[in-house]
Amino acid sequence: MMATVAHPVGHEPVTPLRSLPHRVYRHRLPTRLWHWSNVVALLVMLTSGLMIFNAHPRLYWGDHGANADRAWLEIGPTPGGAHLVLFGSVDVPTGGVLGRWKDANGVEQTRAFPYWATIPSGYSLAAARRWHLSVAWIFATLTFGYLLLSAANRHIRRDLLPTRGELKPSYLWQDVKDHLRLRFHPTDGTAHYNILQKLTYGLVLFVLLPGIVLTGLTMSPAFNAAWPWMLDLFGGRQSARSLHFIFATGLVGFILIHVLLVILAGPINEIRSMLTGWFHVHRVEEGAA
Amino acid sequence: MITRRGLVGSLGIGAGGLLLSGCDRVAATPAFRRFVDRTDGLTIDFTRLVSKRDALAREYSMADLSPVFRANGTQAPAAPEYRSLAAANFADYRLRVDGLVRHPRSLSLAQLRSLPARTQITRHDCVEGWSAIGRWTGTPLAGLLNSAQLLPAARFIVFHCADDYGASKYYESIDLVDALHPQTILAWGLNGRALPIANGAPLRLRVERQLGYKHAKYVMRVEAVASLAGIGAGKGGYWEDSNDYAWYAGI
Repeated sequence: MMATVAHPVGHEPVTPLRSLPHRVYRHRLPTRLWHWSNVVALLVMLTSGLMIFNAHPRLYWGDHGANADRAWLEIGPTPGGAHLVLFGSVDVPTGGVLGRWKDANGVEQTRAFPYWATIPSGYSLAAARRWHLSVAWIFATLTFGYLLLSAANRHIRRDLLPTRGELKPSYLWQDVKDHLRLRFHPTDGTAHYNILQKLTYGLVLFVLLPGIVLTGLTMSPAFNAAWPWMLDLFGGRQSARSLHFIFATGLVGFILIHVLLVILAGPINEIRSMLTGWFHVHRVEEGAA
Repeated sequence: MITRRGLVGSLGIGAGGLLLSGCDRVAATPAFRRFVDRTDGLTIDFTRLVSKRDALAREYSMADLSPVFRANGTQAPAAPEYRSLAAANFADYRLRVDGLVRHPRSLSLAQLRSLPARTQITRHDCVEGWSAIGRWTGTPLAGLLNSAQLLPAARFIVFHCADDYGASKYYESIDLVDALHPQTILAWGLNGRALPIANGAPLRLRVERQLGYKHAKYVMRVEAVASLAGIGAGKGGYWEDSNDYAWYAGI
């Protein structure tokens, strides 16, 4: 039988049981609901977004940008293969994956992102927009709803905001070293987020997620008329489109690292805690025999 | 209202999201169609809620013009009637304004050019993602509709075009909020010159708060209607009918 100590993250256990493994209540219901609904919503947004990108696989800075203008990123097929071209000069061959690939029926296609990464799997800008702009309502509601709720229930201040001590270079460096040694959890019987975790979640929650919603809205000609300041905030419609893509790339990077770290940190305990809320911790006894 | 079937359908959508291969099947379900239609309605309502009715699209300066204004879609209509009009430099062109109006009108290009004109440097946003900035000159649609006097039953303005994609003619439609907007013009000039054929000569719609496919080119007839049901396949435009693009293209 496992001893149970229910306490919110960030507080010392009420009755620490020496040398026994115990569990703490780490993720409250709103966090767990948000996490799993976001898995679905974000997956739909990313994959339908890649299909929308396929309709014009070029990115620009500024207000305007079309085929005659200079693109800072372009994914395109060429007779012999395919390339991702950055800043008009860095040329990465991507044949077989991006720009030129074989679909599920073995037929060669010359779109930027391949069928296995897009909704729908066959080229359709109209269908991808239906997915993207409908699920966007769910995604934006989840993002801003969770931000407001987390401010109201003190999740942000208590669990996510770094303390002054945690931001000291020596402390940050120690956490980097701990990560490299695959030590992710505090050893004091609590389940605090470590500082790299806090900074990463902060980047996702306060920059990437709201940023991707706002840059998405900035691509709308109707919202441009209603809220022209958004064009100034992001430096023009094509800049907003580029930032939208960069934020999406950031979220993909986060998801990959997040899943990798869950696997390294103990996938059963981690996934169980995001399902039930309860996280199992081991308290390291100091000086105990 | 949450029904068991609706809930099961919604859960189906959620589960399908986990498997990309399942998404194509989910997209074909009636539950997904209801979800799409409702959120589409939400988008229109929300946009209109946060916008002033006459909120203007940003107007740019000459320095912001795209060096090349990209032409897209039909760039040289093949219909014989259009080609003979173009061959005579549109001297025989007539724009019809009819439908639910008290005084149907028929105007030559010279008459259209002699009407009060508006010039605006605006950004054209294609649904594909690219944007081009151009300087448009044309007659405000509101003035034209006022002179024809809309009947109270009129709710949409339909633009019938000279170009076709295979079997069906291009057409588009907007509601009266956008039709009477000060920047909604029937343009006959681009960047200080007569509108080129590739960009919709002799006359194209500019409806600046919506995406490019709403900006009908080669406009031959402006029709006021009470409902879009009887026109084309009833969804309000060529791409709406043929490919399920959204009728409201403000986003």
